[in-house]
Amino acid sequence: MKGLLLAVAGLAAALLGSASAADKLDPSCSGCHALAKPADTSLDRLLTRKGPDLWFAGSKFKKEWLVAWLQDPKPIRPAGYPYFKTVKKGDKNDVPDPSKIAAHPKLKKADAEAATEALMALKAPADLVPEGIFKGEMKGARMGSLAFVKFRGCVACHQGEKGEGGLSGPRLTDAGARLQADFIAAYTADPQRFDPHIWMPTSNLKDQDIQRLTAFLVQLSQGDK
Amino acid sequence: MKTQMFAVFAGLALLLAPSTSRADQSIEQVYEVYCVQCHGLQRNGTGVNVPALSVKPRDHTDAKSMGDTPDDELFKAIKEGGLAVNKSVLMPTWGHVLSEDQIKGLVKYLRQVCKCGK
Repeated sequence: MKGLLLAVAGLAAALLGSASAADKLDPSCSGCHALAKPADTSLDRLLTRKGPDLWFAGSKFKKEWLVAWLQDPKPIRPAGYPYFKTVKKGDKNDVPDPSKIAAHPKLKKADAEAATEALMALKAPADLVPEGIFKGEMKGARMGSLAFVKFRGCVACHQGEKGEGGLSGPRLTDAGARLQADFIAAYTADPQRFDPHIWMPTSNLKDQDIQRLTAFLVQLSQGDK
Repeated sequence: MKTQMFAVFAGLALLLAPSTSRADQSIEQVYEVYCVQCHGLQRNGTGVNVPALSVKPRDHTDAKSMGDTPDDELFKAIKEGGLAVNKSVLMPTWGHVLSEDQIKGLVKYLRQVCKCGK
């Protein structure tokens, strides 16, 4: 019983903490991003929302990257967001339509730092992004690269090494600079736990695959350079 | 009397039509969200990811090749991925994302796209 009370108190504190952190962000952020876990997780919501959910931003992004990106935001998804509303027919295949890809607002340094602080306070529940889920073993990165390109088909939607890959998913050429390792592992294992209808499939990957793919992505940090 | 009957039938048609088209639209939306990234807006294997793919995605408008593929194989390919039907690993497993009904709906939708029954 005591344990239950503690759990409820902890949950309430977490929710209040998230709410107050979200309140510190510019109200315009919530026009496109969910800053608290949405009650509606339907496909209809995914079809109408304008930006990715940020209610777990503090467990996803690296702080230094976020401060820099908010001051100079470059598209993370080469085909736009959501890709199915921002692509058009091309000569040989569909292509991103720049006129449909809205630029993210650019913040001044102080505002970017304040927004980052608020975003980093939006933590995922511990069971969603368990601390230490990526075991930190980097020797598997080479096999992770092969899994990414050949064995698991990640490259169909994501750009990885040398910028090679598909356009509908987030560019991962700077994944190690942008994303926390535990988030990469948890999200790769089961994206639908974060976002029930997201167009990244859950691929029945074994933990060894997850560890190797995460190691591969953790070392990608150069972006387009 | 004739006019009244016509009005009743017209009213019935109006009542029935939106529900039918809404169901179709919904499965079309499922295709738009998950399949278009590779199979393309024209459903002919020319999606936005195609330049990066070592294997060309299936042309869903190809009546011959789609007609040669039975429903249960299409269902399995969508649910369990390309490898499950001896095709490319680039076709992922959607069984964790889509319900059985949605996958069945997609198979039915593919038959409309290719204009080929099986």
